[in-house]
Amino acid sequence: MLYLNSEQGFPGPAPAQPGLPAQPAPPAVTEPTPVGDNLAPQTTTLLRDAWRRLLRNRSAVAGMIVVGLLILVAVFAPLIAPHDPLAQDFDSRILPPSAGHLLGTDDLGRDILSRIIYGSRVSLAAGILSTALAVAAGVLIGAFATYYGGFWDNLAMRMMDIMLAFPQILLAIAIVAILGPGLTNAMLAIGIISIPIYARVVRSSILSLREKEFIEAARALGASDLQIIFKHLLPNCMGPLIVQATLGIATAIIEAASLSFLGLGAQPPTPEWGAMLNGGRHLLRQAPWVTAFPGIAIVVLVMGVNLFGDGLRDALDPRLKQ
Amino acid sequence: MGRYLAKRLLLAIPILFGVSVIVFLFLRLIPGDPAQVMLGEKATPQALAEIRQEMGLDKPLYVQYSRYMVKLLQGDLGRSITSHTRVTEELGARFPATVELTIAAMIVALLIGIPAGIISATRQYSFFDNASMFVALLGVSMPVFWLGLMLLWFFSFYLGWFPMSARLDVSFDIPTITNLYVVDSILAGNWAALANSLWHLVLPAVALGTIPMATFARMTRSSMLEVLRQDYVRTARSKGLAERLVIAKHSLKNALIPVVTVIGLEFGLLLNGAVMTETIFAWPGIGKLAFDAIMQRDFPLLQGILLLVAAAFVLINLAVDMIYAYLDPRIHYE
Repeated sequence: MLYLNSEQGFPGPAPAQPGLPAQPAPPAVTEPTPVGDNLAPQTTTLLRDAWRRLLRNRSAVAGMIVVGLLILVAVFAPLIAPHDPLAQDFDSRILPPSAGHLLGTDDLGRDILSRIIYGSRVSLAAGILSTALAVAAGVLIGAFATYYGGFWDNLAMRMMDIMLAFPQILLAIAIVAILGPGLTNAMLAIGIISIPIYARVVRSSILSLREKEFIEAARALGASDLQIIFKHLLPNCMGPLIVQATLGIATAIIEAASLSFLGLGAQPPTPEWGAMLNGGRHLLRQAPWVTAFPGIAIVVLVMGVNLFGDGLRDALDPRLKQ
Repeated sequence: MGRYLAKRLLLAIPILFGVSVIVFLFLRLIPGDPAQVMLGEKATPQALAEIRQEMGLDKPLYVQYSRYMVKLLQGDLGRSITSHTRVTEELGARFPATVELTIAAMIVALLIGIPAGIISATRQYSFFDNASMFVALLGVSMPVFWLGLMLLWFFSFYLGWFPMSARLDVSFDIPTITNLYVVDSILAGNWAALANSLWHLVLPAVALGTIPMATFARMTRSSMLEVLRQDYVRTARSKGLAERLVIAKHSLKNALIPVVTVIGLEFGLLLNGAVMTETIFAWPGIGKLAFDAIMQRDFPLLQGILLLVAAAFVLINLAVDMIYAYLDPRIHYE
């Protein structure tokens, strides 16, 4: 879905891969350099090509279906869930899976299936929002620093190196420890620690694009720095960025669950998968299902996102084009 | 090579410096009084004054930083708020446990991941290939703490094969020289203790090693596939070389170059996973220590841990760059 949106928003030529020559055909010297829309027909073909490759990739389609289904589950949670995810029933505590409670109940008698269904909302939101934050910040930092180069580039990239020198989860835990536990702060922390990844992706694309003729042409036509960055450079970084962001969502979902598992993210009684694992941990010996099922939910969602992301990368990577 | 090494070392210095600044500012950037933040709402005025005094919080920021750096360079990281022991002592006691766990996990990951990747590549699209790539995908999609809990349930509670926590049964007494129990028990010649400590290592190492294992398998496979398409491999085959030799002598070393580069990164990720794994298996390492420090708002201890781990990460990556340059002479030392 991310991909479809980008298709409409692609004013420039094909997504460039870092370290590879960008795709646009170099304009002849005598012609006025085509800017933006002039390349649209070629772009459409390239993207349609990529889209077709994506649909031919069976595992990518499987991933898309899994993620799509889970999004539907999240949207229609109140209609699907057989029980109230928060309703405690002390007569049916720690029940193993049965017809009444398909995945059993936890120590407060809450229906695990219903909690997992509602939990998909939290996990999806956490994954997408924290990644969106990281992408936005990373793109801005990467684009401006690289475009202006020199001191700013050095400063920004050393900052990113320093952030990457910390183990991510530890950094996230530390940030949440300062901000205070809670889902919002956990998402914020995950967003912050992921910024360097996107800053680097954008940087490597822009480094190769910055010297291209079409940028020079845009400048000659009097485009401002902002116009060049937002209209000409960034659209051409979209390919690698989309792939990275998709895979980043998978990581962010796991990180959010980890923080909740440690008691730093979603707080009880919010039905969140990581928090559910934490709640079931002390029951592991007598009631392994309380821990097993929320974990399986995480694995299924993350695997779906990863399959889709891998498929996107293959589809957008010109090196693999057959 | 020497110049390259020197250059890389010099590049690591500003990063380590930046790390120290971040760790220093970390506590001071919090809105409010750091002493209050550290000690919590119920702190007595006396304790607050003591902490302010000890950390020099009444002085300007640059004075605080220079004091902190001078102490840091003297190897003084302050004292833990909760246990009142020196942070360096605490780190010295706990870091080896993490090193042991991390290395064990890395060995598990390399021993299984790389052969699996090689076999998958040489038998592309076979049943083995499909199955192992599916498992690898599962591996990268799994939260390490969940895998740890499931292993704990199945192998420890259900089958009773492995212990559920700790590094060594209390009945064993070995001299702590390196604090790596595996090494210490070998040094002491105590084979029963060695077996026991290895037995304790299995579950946490498998849990922690699964993600890098999956990464190695996937990387080895794709890199091997790429190498197998090269002209020199075709040449080797066409001159009648046995397939085993083509793989072992002509392809493997080249295929492993990209894998080596991620080993450093994976070590960093293992330190990540160690926080979760150690919490689950009550492994008395630095990850558990960090988590406890955060929960008890023991900031001097947390600062020490962050410094140590970041420094370790920078140094590991430095080492990996060296190995990389050695393995692939085409790399320009720039």
